[in-house]
Amino acid sequence: METLASDYLPILIFLAMAVALGLVLILAAVIIAVRRPDPEKVSAYECGFNAFDDARMKFDVRFYLVSILFIIFDLEVAFLFPWAVAFKDVGLVGFWSMMVFLGVLTVGFAYEWKKGALEWE
Amino acid sequence: MTNADFQILLPEIVLAVFAMAALLFAVYTGKDKTAPMLTWITAAILAALAVWIGWNGEGTNAAFGGMFVDDAFSRFAKVVILIAAAAVLVMGEGYMAKRNLLRFEYPLLIALAAVGMMVMVSAGDLIALYMGLELQSLSLYVVAALRRDSVKSTEAGLKYFVLGALSSGLLLYGASLTYGFAGTTMFTGIVEAAAHDIPLGLLFGLVFILMGLAFKVSAVPFHMWTPDVYEGSPTPVTAFFATAPKMAAMGLFARVVHDAFGGVTADWGQIVALLSVASMFLGAVAAIGQRDIKRLMAYSSIAHMGFALMGLASGTEFGVQAMLIYMAIYVTMNVGTFAFILSMQRDGQAVTDIGALNQYSKTEPLKALAVLVLMFSLAGVPPMVGFFGKFYVLQAAVQADMAWLAVAGVIASVIGAFYYLRIVYFMYFGEETDPLDHAMAPAQWVFLMASAAIMVLGVVNLLGIEGPATAAAAALVN
Repeated sequence: METLASDYLPILIFLAMAVALGLVLILAAVIIAVRRPDPEKVSAYECGFNAFDDARMKFDVRFYLVSILFIIFDLEVAFLFPWAVAFKDVGLVGFWSMMVFLGVLTVGFAYEWKKGALEWE
Repeated sequence: MTNADFQILLPEIVLAVFAMAALLFAVYTGKDKTAPMLTWITAAILAALAVWIGWNGEGTNAAFGGMFVDDAFSRFAKVVILIAAAAVLVMGEGYMAKRNLLRFEYPLLIALAAVGMMVMVSAGDLIALYMGLELQSLSLYVVAALRRDSVKSTEAGLKYFVLGALSSGLLLYGASLTYGFAGTTMFTGIVEAAAHDIPLGLLFGLVFILMGLAFKVSAVPFHMWTPDVYEGSPTPVTAFFATAPKMAAMGLFARVVHDAFGGVTADWGQIVALLSVASMFLGAVAAIGQRDIKRLMAYSSIAHMGFALMGLASGTEFGVQAMLIYMAIYVTMNVGTFAFILSMQRDGQAVTDIGALNQYSKTEPLKALAVLVLMFSLAGVPPMVGFFGKFYVLQAAVQADMAWLAVAGVIASVIGAFYYLRIVYFMYFGEETDPLDHAMAPAQWVFLMASAAIMVLGVVNLLGIEGPATAAAAALVN
């Protein structure tokens, strides 16, 4: 128990400091800041010109879809790199494991393509 | 990695390959037009796998160096899971088709969730555990939000997703602590590290893993998502949530506490006992104010999870057996009850208000009688099978010197009986209201009647599930 506490003392100190500093910064803003809000000050800042739209606007869900699809294939590549580097050592099992993984991903890709997730219009 | 490993994993591989093949087939041919056919095929495959696993399985086999364990316990849980999933698919097909919800992804997501659940109950390693859990959860998040144009359904999906992600985070944190202090992710290694005396870090790991699992079984205080998700999801999906995943999560719970932390029963026993008491009382009390039958069933399932956890809390082999019997009975009762809820309609519109059941016995005496049997069974009234489920877990608690837990359970079940009996009261002595539609899909009728019949006829010998449950408990606890 004692060794446990001393082993993790640095991270404990770090956490305590992080919490304390965070609290101080937030509380300082509440206590000592001068606040005289007027409509111009609290309105959205739109560099230079007057705000012409609400910041909470609807945007096309397709952006979201494309980004999700991107992440999947991004991760696939991230997974392929170490596999390729260690290709000599992973053996037949490693080779087929990756083939199965790519096969499953391809099934998903064929599904989303056919489903029309890649068409913008 | 040999052929023998893959042979042990064959049912899961078959189901996963089927799901992917069917996905490609459907998307390249008729899309949603193939959905009814796929629903039936998926249900048939799930049922066939249940028979295969139930009949063929023998002994204890470990694949991939113990990461995946096929023993009597996992087979018992898998058979319950697969049958429940198949039943829910069959009885929900008409409901989904009528409301334009029968997309071809629905049966395939259920199949993938079933794969995840099968891996969960067979997990012998923290990584396998997490993989199964996530495969199941991700499929469930999607089906919860299946009714995309409904605010409630999307809210249910999102809420389930966010809280599910939180619980997965807790579980992973616990798993990483456990790995750090035990030096291995294998349950066989963890149980050695946690024999008799448990290091403080491992104890934290255990607590966090239990918190994550409590989320999945919707035990109090991690139950907040349940009523909203049950209410918002399409009713067949709610029926699925209330049956198969509950069995899977309980199976996983039992596996973790016995396989990985079997040496420190007293340490997790107190946590599970607390979860159990809180779930039983909250489930019993909070359901009293509910008029929506889906929310009511959500609280009912919370209370039932409390009872199942009571079996686990005892920490004995008999406790595991009692939990398995309880879960099998619970799943059967819920399949029947949800078959009835699916048929509750007025002028073709689904009704979920329990006031709509007023005077139901006048127009539909047979169905009302079946629901009466199911409600009595859910409440645990003696001649029905539901009573024996409660009897087993209470006995397990008493045998483990936890009489206080058994007494609390009895009190909670008396409180809970109120809302089950109120439904019966409405059906037989309620005021006049517009009657519900007479029509009921044949599949729903069959499941309602079969479930009610089992609740009465099962009294003789519990339809023989005691033997497999004993074998399952013996395989898990040693």
